[in-house]
Amino acid sequence: MKVKFGIVVFPGSNCDHDTHYVTETILGQEARLIWHKEGSLGDVDVVILPGGFSYGDYLRCGAIARFSPIMKDVARFAQAGGPVLGICNGFQILTEAGLLPGVLLQNRSLKFICDYVHVRVENANTRFTGACAKGEVLEIPIAHGDGNYFADEDTLKQLQDRDQILLRYCDVEGNVTDMANPNGSLLNIAGIINEQGNVAGMMPHPERASDPVLRHTDGKKIFDSLVESFVPALV
Amino acid sequence: MPVFHSKIIVTRRKSILDPQGKAVQHGMHSLGYEMVNDVRIGKFVELDVQASDRAEAERITREVSEKLLSNPVMEDFSFTIEERGA
Repeated sequence: MKVKFGIVVFPGSNCDHDTHYVTETILGQEARLIWHKEGSLGDVDVVILPGGFSYGDYLRCGAIARFSPIMKDVARFAQAGGPVLGICNGFQILTEAGLLPGVLLQNRSLKFICDYVHVRVENANTRFTGACAKGEVLEIPIAHGDGNYFADEDTLKQLQDRDQILLRYCDVEGNVTDMANPNGSLLNIAGIINEQGNVAGMMPHPERASDPVLRHTDGKKIFDSLVESFVPALV
Repeated sequence: MPVFHSKIIVTRRKSILDPQGKAVQHGMHSLGYEMVNDVRIGKFVELDVQASDRAEAERITREVSEKLLSNPVMEDFSFTIEERGA
């Protein structure tokens, strides 16, 4: 059985085809691009909100995309327990839509950063990180101007208490330090998951580190995790 | 129906660092205006609302400010309204 990935395309999405390529060609699953004006996701197992600059980042990143017609069905899909992954701009859209807590502010350097970073897997017991080990260091590129994760103290405490932090920026050895924090994110947060465990957002781009031709394949583990999460557990 | 003109100011919460405001403040200091501090940058939005009265115009302005123009996680907003006439 192939897992059916639905990749939502907003005006200004620019990682949609990369994500489609990785899920269909590299992973060998089914993938379909879904235009944001569609009213329904159709028959999909996983929804991905890809990176890009939806609506030119007008007003705030993701602020207008959340009102796209498809987002109603994305919310319905998420509420029914369907897995939703937001990558970069997709993460920003999920926070604006209230499907994930917090917000992504402008990088503290005020600069757009495009670089390889290291992230440590904080929780490997999710369907987005199941193929990783807890504490494993992944090398995945980031490319964003607004990746500075912020949430109020209560939210941060809840994220920690309920193990909702998926990934944190770290050095090559896995030390979570301020030096290794590219954008000023609180607690070095690079990715989080909702309380129910089916909606995740991450600033790094796993689709840009999945094809062996590019010599970096750590990002593929995120997609592998999703695919493996559909394999019935051996009892 | 009368038309009201709303001016909305969206500001970043005081508790949240504003790196853009900080950079601008540095610029002012380099210009010699060292007496200028606490520079913070926000957004200004103006719009016209058709409403039966001022109260309705206020309600609509507040709603769009809450739902779209600001993000309550990091921003506050305030607005003024004046009647433009029918």
